[in-house]
Amino acid sequence: MDAQVETATRELSYAQAIQEAMAIAMERDERVFLMGEDIGVYGGAFQVTGDLVERFGPDRVMDTPISELGGAGVAVGAAVTGMRPIFEFQFSDFATLAMEQIVNQAAKMRYMLGGAVSVPVVMRFPAGSGTGAAAQHSQSLEAWLGHVPGLKVIQPATPHDAKGMLLAAIEDPDPVMIYEHKILYKMKGEVPEGYYTVPIGKAEVRREGADLTIVATSIMVHKSLDAAKQLAEEGIDVEVIDLRTVRPMDRQTIIESVCKTSRLMCVYEGVKTLGVGAEISAMIAESEAFDYLDAPVVRLGGAETPIPYNPELEKATVPQVDGIVKAARELVTGAR
Amino acid sequence: MSATAKKGAAKKDGANQPFIYRQFDQDKLRDALRKMYLIRQFEEGAEESYMRGLIHGTMHLSIGQEASAVGICLGLSDEDQITSTHRGHGHCIAKGADVSRMFAEFFGKTTGYCRGRGGSMHIADVSTGNLGANGIVGGGLPIAVGAALTAKKMKTGNVVVCFFGDGANNEGAFHEALNMAAIWKLPVVFVCENNGYGMSTSVARATAVPNIADRASAYAMPGVIVDGNVVSDVAEAMHEATERARNGEGPTLLECKTYRYRGHSKSDRNRYRTKEEIEEWMTERDPIEAFESQLMEFGVIDQNGIEEIRESVRKEIEAGIEFAKESPMPEVANLEKYVYTEQA
Ligand SMILES: Cc1ncc(C[n+]2csc(CCOP(=O)(O)OP(=O)(O)O)c2C)c(N)n1
Ligand SMILES: [Mg+2]
Repeated sequence: MDAQVETATRELSYAQAIQEAMAIAMERDERVFLMGEDIGVYGGAFQVTGDLVERFGPDRVMDTPISELGGAGVAVGAAVTGMRPIFEFQFSDFATLAMEQIVNQAAKMRYMLGGAVSVPVVMRFPAGSGTGAAAQHSQSLEAWLGHVPGLKVIQPATPHDAKGMLLAAIEDPDPVMIYEHKILYKMKGEVPEGYYTVPIGKAEVRREGADLTIVATSIMVHKSLDAAKQLAEEGIDVEVIDLRTVRPMDRQTIIESVCKTSRLMCVYEGVKTLGVGAEISAMIAESEAFDYLDAPVVRLGGAETPIPYNPELEKATVPQVDGIVKAARELVTGAR
Repeated sequence: MSATAKKGAAKKDGANQPFIYRQFDQDKLRDALRKMYLIRQFEEGAEESYMRGLIHGTMHLSIGQEASAVGICLGLSDEDQITSTHRGHGHCIAKGADVSRMFAEFFGKTTGYCRGRGGSMHIADVSTGNLGANGIVGGGLPIAVGAALTAKKMKTGNVVVCFFGDGANNEGAFHEALNMAAIWKLPVVFVCENNGYGMSTSVARATAVPNIADRASAYAMPGVIVDGNVVSDVAEAMHEATERARNGEGPTLLECKTYRYRGHSKSDRNRYRTKEEIEEWMTERDPIEAFESQLMEFGVIDQNGIEEIRESVRKEIEAGIEFAKESPMPEVANLEKYVYTEQA
């Protein structure tokens, strides 16, 4: 359904899938080029650009100085004037240095100019915890950008979607921010060869179920699917929705699911309060699905703390499979 | 304020003695050598523990850059403050931290300087004036200026040293910080440890001027370049910058040219530089070897003295690792502690 021209598939890692999408885009369109810190000979901090510099040369795989604000702004300027830049933040945390260009410029330029221009820039944000890199290298701040009209914010959870959504992002006439969980980079999955897109703004039901809807993002999709498997053994039938896009949010898919299951749990890695789950919960409370709810909505999100260095503390900071199982069981059996 | 003393100064007097032999007594100089060993052996110990899976996360080693950390901190007191970088183990030790508590931090233990919350990249010992390593390139620059503003407003007479790498000079924060320090004549010394590369990107590819110190003229402060592998040269330039800062004349930008032996962090294929380049620095310009032979030449130490210090450092490192291993892990129940200040 998603794919336009799907051909044979093979296993690729999430990082390889993104690299392939960038290579295909550069081959198809001369305007596409990459910018970022150490994305050339170094291959990127997570080896996502890998050897692309050998194939496309340093003019299309451009190392920038350590200048996030300037670099992101240059990408915005190039996009407004006809190029198709893909800008990599080395860690999503460093995008905080570039918020001005993202939030005040990229997001608003078209609107402020009354539609006279568009800003077809793509920015990539390696995010999330689990690597022991502590408080300034582990955040999940996608909700920040989701709060800004003018931006599109996506969080593919599989190699298939990473490639297809990135290609869709490059086609998109507006700024698209792609949050990539670092732990997913090595995850493998079936990826079609060649060009295809996965639409921005469409959630995907990853598992059908009757008792509870879990809406999860990014790595939490996989944790929720693992939890659903365990819960199935107890006779609890969980539907897992992969949100895929934070903005614009696919309300319909979630509403339909909640009308069917009558229970909703949101699972995401970003800090719980004022996060993606708050929006989903409020959206359901405002919708026709509210009348179908048999239990209060539950949010499982990150703890109200920076990400700690110690590995045990770090794990305790974000939802884990056991916690999802426990919360789902309580929700469905009415124990809460 | 500064811990300078001339009594018992090294032999071979004369105006052509290098600065440190005129400025410091022999104990102080032997202690400087000890600190250099301590930094190197600490990092070798940390690296090994990392390889053995005892430490997780990542770390950035400053092996090869010890003369800069030690030379800069030689004349500072505990009241003088520093802001450090992701490559900050050397700064922390040079400023006087205890390696046991540093190891404990790397092992994620409650006895660590950050109680297991920070790790290598946020190592700090506030009690010796270290306001912390930083995971954000350039993040410490404005903070150092703020600390210097406090020193000026409170008339403490302290100076603040801001360590940063060559790569950091291309962040906006660098330019904004230098400008403010200059217009307000703040007691801060900006110390750029130029090791030739920001990760894989050489200074030539990233920076429009050949020397980071060239940036100083844009902010009307002295820009000084020294051989960052020579303790005495670093200490001498630092002394002048410190005097200037303490006299209310404002900031200095001091560039220490140096080199890192190891890769940028745990993962580095060294594709951006040659083996020959690394080897040349290691064999011909090693800061510790250079300092050892200079100290011997000026009669501050002999081979036996060197062996003694090395051995005692080895024991200190071993004991530090042991302490770290035996220390307790933080409790998950305390996860949200230290987010805000506890109030009665
Ligand atoms: C704002 C920001 N951008 C990028 C990084 C990733 N990063 C960490 S260290 C580093 C290189 C820094 O180079 P330099 O300032 O020369 O210090 P060195 O590592 O050589 O000591 C980079 C790009 C970061 N931590 N923070
Ligand atoms: Mg450097």
